[in-house]
Amino acid sequence: MSSDASSLERLRAIARRRWRLAGALTITMVTTYFGFLALVAWAPSTLATRLAPGLSLGILLGALVIVVAWLLTWWYVRWANAVYDPAIDAERRGAS
Amino acid sequence: MTPPRALLLTRIAQDASAPTASTSIGEPNAVAVLFFAVFISATLGITWWAARRTRTTEDFYAAGRSVTAGQNGFALAGDYMSAASFLGIAGLVATSGFDGLLYSTGWLVGWPVVLFLVAEPLRNLGRYTFADVVAARLDPRPVRLAAAVGTLATISFYLIAQMVGAGGLIRLLLGIPYEVAVVGVGLAMMAYVLFGGMLATTWVQIVKAVLLLGGAAMLALLVLARFEWSPLALFEAAAAKQGDAVLAPGKLVSNPLDAISLGMALMFGTAGLPHILMRFYTVPDARAARRSVFFATGLIGLFYLLTFILGFGAMVLVGPDVIRSVDAGGNMAAPLLAELLGGRPFLGFIAAVAFATILAVVAGLALSGAAAIAHDLWARVVRRGAPKPSEELRVARLATVGLALIAIVLGVVFKGQNVAFMVGLAFAIAASGNFPALLLAVFWPRTSTTGAASSMVVGTLTTVALIALSPAIQIDLLHHDSAPFPLRNPAIVSIPLSFAVGMIVSLLRPDRDGAARFAALERRTLLGTDDA
Repeated sequence: MSSDASSLERLRAIARRRWRLAGALTITMVTTYFGFLALVAWAPSTLATRLAPGLSLGILLGALVIVVAWLLTWWYVRWANAVYDPAIDAERRGAS
Repeated sequence: MTPPRALLLTRIAQDASAPTASTSIGEPNAVAVLFFAVFISATLGITWWAARRTRTTEDFYAAGRSVTAGQNGFALAGDYMSAASFLGIAGLVATSGFDGLLYSTGWLVGWPVVLFLVAEPLRNLGRYTFADVVAARLDPRPVRLAAAVGTLATISFYLIAQMVGAGGLIRLLLGIPYEVAVVGVGLAMMAYVLFGGMLATTWVQIVKAVLLLGGAAMLALLVLARFEWSPLALFEAAAAKQGDAVLAPGKLVSNPLDAISLGMALMFGTAGLPHILMRFYTVPDARAARRSVFFATGLIGLFYLLTFILGFGAMVLVGPDVIRSVDAGGNMAAPLLAELLGGRPFLGFIAAVAFATILAVVAGLALSGAAAIAHDLWARVVRRGAPKPSEELRVARLATVGLALIAIVLGVVFKGQNVAFMVGLAFAIAASGNFPALLLAVFWPRTSTTGAASSMVVGTLTTVALIALSPAIQIDLLHHDSAPFPLRNPAIVSIPLSFAVGMIVSLLRPDRDGAARFAALERRTLLGTDDA
């Protein structure tokens, strides 16, 4: 039973790490998107600023929201493949 | 964001008056018919192939867990990218510029949330529906009943919007009468799901996703070829032709709270859409579920970036006035652009792609509705988890036929109505009826049966009630002077309310052995089970 208990503790530890990362990434995504919406709603003239011919700040930030979404999912999947899966695999082998 | 919501193409039903532009849209198009025929034969062939592999409930609901992460990534993208995004957003960008981009970004940002919070525990804890997860450690009957209400409400509104859009779209693109188009879509959808189950539906989604992305990419390349392969040259040309305002926020965002409320529905609604969540059961394990969201996010993001090019391309090359003269909602921007750049054959191809898009989306919706009826309601609530062998599968097939008939009837009943608000409504219900209970059940040990069920019921009912009192119904539909509830999308009220109800009721009415049940499921949440 004691090995079961310590296995559960290890599982909980890795689950907490996953939850912390997932939570932080979720908050980053929420902040990014609603920050963009807030600029659109309350600072439209700032977004009209031209950075280059054809490129307004608004269009750049809009495209960046999509790029941020990509980067965050990539980050999470890379972490999960490199850290989370091996840890879970170890627990699963120990359990069976 | 004041005027019509995402599903702008439903406006077609209202004003398909004679086009003034020199376009063959609305006339029978031999190439389009040919592509339709090829698509229908190919997908029915897939269905025939899948039917021979669909014998058990696990095959029917979850394609025997045989779908790979890459395939599921395409299928998720296929389930999610509706004709509304392809035609509606391109049209919105073409007629109002930057404001349309708000939708392009809004439809994507829900996907990281699905990945971070939902995909893996969902796959580990459930079997066929998201209610499996909510009910895993709670008293199943009230929870499944409430979840089925949320699921069916989400799906009904989504289906109506798609069916009305499909009828109008096909009539406008091909000259087929509205009712014939609606019946045709309903029957094809029924055939895929009834015979081929999840396996056929998955492959229809994959074919559709490839066609849609391929069509959009070809169109975007043809546009960029005219602007020295530079998107910035395209945007500059748009500003030169239509004024600098098209590159900046415009009048679409007249009420900031409304914009944020819609943003919340889009962001958290994706993680509560039953037909999307169901896809995670088609892959072998949580790891594949995670990778499939990664692929889906890449594909969907790419698609929405392409809508930037298509929209501004149509604005410069076709012109907003011509687009609006063909369809006041702007939905014909992409087809008009295709005709201009590639002639009638390319128009025919794009029309067929739009058709395939709608068919695939409604098939996914019908399957998740059938699962809610047969798995959650019949097998678990009526039969208390012990239906006779093969009975559940029979009920699921009956439910599919029933849903197809209901979809056809609703499609005909709502002909000519502006049902644009219904996609926003479906997302709002998913975000406030389904998502909070799912999240609480997975992450909060004190969630109780009564708490989860109340959260789902209150979230769903509040959303429907607030939409009924919103300007979308009161002013646009009923032509009253004012609306009791000021926002067009209720998510900013209904999501926090649903979380609060779920938590407060859980604390007031805890389950007797709630903590023990949560602990018992802890390992499964993290490791999954071999058979699930």
